[in-house]
Amino acid sequence: MSTFAELMLRHRTARMRTRKITNGAMLALTGLLTALALVPLFWIVGYVIVRGGRSINLAFFINMPTPLGVSGGGVRSAIEGTLVITLLAAVFAIPPGVLAAFYAARYPNRPLGVVLRFSTDVLAGVPSIVVGLFAYAVLVVPMGHYSGLAGGAALALLMLPTIIRTTEEMLKLVPGTLREASLGLGAPEWKTSLSVLFPAAANGIITGFLLALARAAGETAPLLMTALGNERFDLGQIVTSGIQGHQSAFAILGRIVNQPVDSLPLALWKYAQQPYPERVEQSWGVALVLMIFVLVINIATRLWAQNRARKLKG
Amino acid sequence: MSSHNSALPRFRSSSRLLRSLQHGDRPWQGLIILVSVLVIVLMLAVGGMLWVRSAPTRSALGWSFLTPTLDANWDPVNSNFQAWPFIYGTLLTSLVAIVVAVPVAGGIAIFLAELCPAWLRTPLTWMVELLAAIPSVVYGLWGIFIFLPQVVTPFGNFLGDTLGQLPILNLLFAGPIPASGASRLAAALILTIMIIPTIAAVTRDVFLAIPNSQREAAKALGATEWETIWQVLVPYGLSGILGAVILGLGRALGETMAVTMVIGNSIEGSASLLRPGYTMASVIANEFAEAVSSLHTSALVEIGVILFIMTLLLNVLARFLVWQVARQAPQEGRA
Repeated sequence: MSTFAELMLRHRTARMRTRKITNGAMLALTGLLTALALVPLFWIVGYVIVRGGRSINLAFFINMPTPLGVSGGGVRSAIEGTLVITLLAAVFAIPPGVLAAFYAARYPNRPLGVVLRFSTDVLAGVPSIVVGLFAYAVLVVPMGHYSGLAGGAALALLMLPTIIRTTEEMLKLVPGTLREASLGLGAPEWKTSLSVLFPAAANGIITGFLLALARAAGETAPLLMTALGNERFDLGQIVTSGIQGHQSAFAILGRIVNQPVDSLPLALWKYAQQPYPERVEQSWGVALVLMIFVLVINIATRLWAQNRARKLKG
Repeated sequence: MSSHNSALPRFRSSSRLLRSLQHGDRPWQGLIILVSVLVIVLMLAVGGMLWVRSAPTRSALGWSFLTPTLDANWDPVNSNFQAWPFIYGTLLTSLVAIVVAVPVAGGIAIFLAELCPAWLRTPLTWMVELLAAIPSVVYGLWGIFIFLPQVVTPFGNFLGDTLGQLPILNLLFAGPIPASGASRLAAALILTIMIIPTIAAVTRDVFLAIPNSQREAAKALGATEWETIWQVLVPYGLSGILGAVILGLGRALGETMAVTMVIGNSIEGSASLLRPGYTMASVIANEFAEAVSSLHTSALVEIGVILFIMTLLLNVLARFLVWQVARQAPQEGRA
């Protein structure tokens, strides 16, 4: 016959055991969930590499799209279009993004700074398709036709908040002493900003640019109503005919951005929905090109940033 | 004050100009203020422009555009538009995605912030972030050809045979799921995969911002690791975690391409998860470039306005909640 104390003790050890079991089970569960969430990553990446690898060859990159049934077609127009649109977006988004970030970092507590950061947050949350509607209303409608320019502007608006935010964060990390030293030597504020603060933060800022670009390059939704897609977009042909016609560089540039432009995500979206197996195979190829582009930028910039951080610490 | 020392007239005249410009600081200030105002104007212009563009629908259809009904009309040829099926599709798929994603993302965040060995932390964090970097169309392509036939169709059939037979639940789980798998369930599951990284990353940051004293106090009282996390850290960071969830919800509402590719794009009367549906973003993506009339275009823009307002409210709420946590734990961070 056990005493009351023994009973209590047994009760306690039993409770301790259930607590320990719960502990172990829940901790293991979090690890399992992490593994589970990574299954789609490996599944998607692996499958796109295997399936896309089959439809990728040299012709895929250097040939224009061909009509159905004609073999040897490539996606050159989409690759060129993606380059044009993404470059345009970078040109539109980076300078204003950096300048606004200078303001946000320098005067975070002024009313304009507070409103600016709030606006940036709101813009970051606007769905990409809504940004597409906006670009359609302000560019496509007045111009009267779809164009690469409108596509680039839509992507720029999507990149802008990311650029402002990362640049602002990076500028804030620069020690205040650097700024004071520069001002103390008599350099004006603008020179301090551009030739002291910006170079000091440049690595992180450029990382931010590249990540924003990678994100923009994979965007489809806003291009549906701006760049539209154009299988006959041929950069080389536009440039050579422009040079033969003795057009100025500006006029050639105008012709490039003033017409509907193809892009890799748009091509993928169109091909994937067609009932022809060869188109579907091509869409896997496009997916591979797009994914390599995006993942390489992501991994490379992160490795680079990590190396930098390690060097600075050590 | 300047008339009686005219020894260096040339120097002085240029210096007066420079001084009045504060050696270039005036133009610089003007420039960055101008650009900042421009960003704010752009944000306002997005909302304003859409509002103006959707005016024809508002004056032609008024509130009937938004009336909840399962037998909605969407007839561009006869200029008859009701947006409810799209709103319902967006809300249902996003909510299901959130319900499935939150436990998984929470588990990831706890694992990455509290338990993971140091050497594994960086690679795992990267992988979760790479999941967010894969373009939406690639998710869609993989969804159509791999995920739907291999996972969604069998899973949907299973749900239809079990939950679909129960009295109330069969509203949501009435089968049969189409053989292709294209359904609201497919969209919800793809969305789940896509928003997990967002929620996990923000939640992890919330955990990392919780002061160590909280953990030490709990452990000193004899709490196990899990009890520390569940009874101390989670309540402490709750509003931040809520912010992360809302941020994820905002992403799910606006996600377009992947959803459009797997949801089946149909406005049949069924409310079931296992049937094809439509979302606000996907109807804009599908119909905008081929809109048949200006009223059709304006109806699609009005759907864009609803989407804009929804994500705006959610973002404001999320920022507020995350900001509250940051204010709560100002100094003593870990990491």
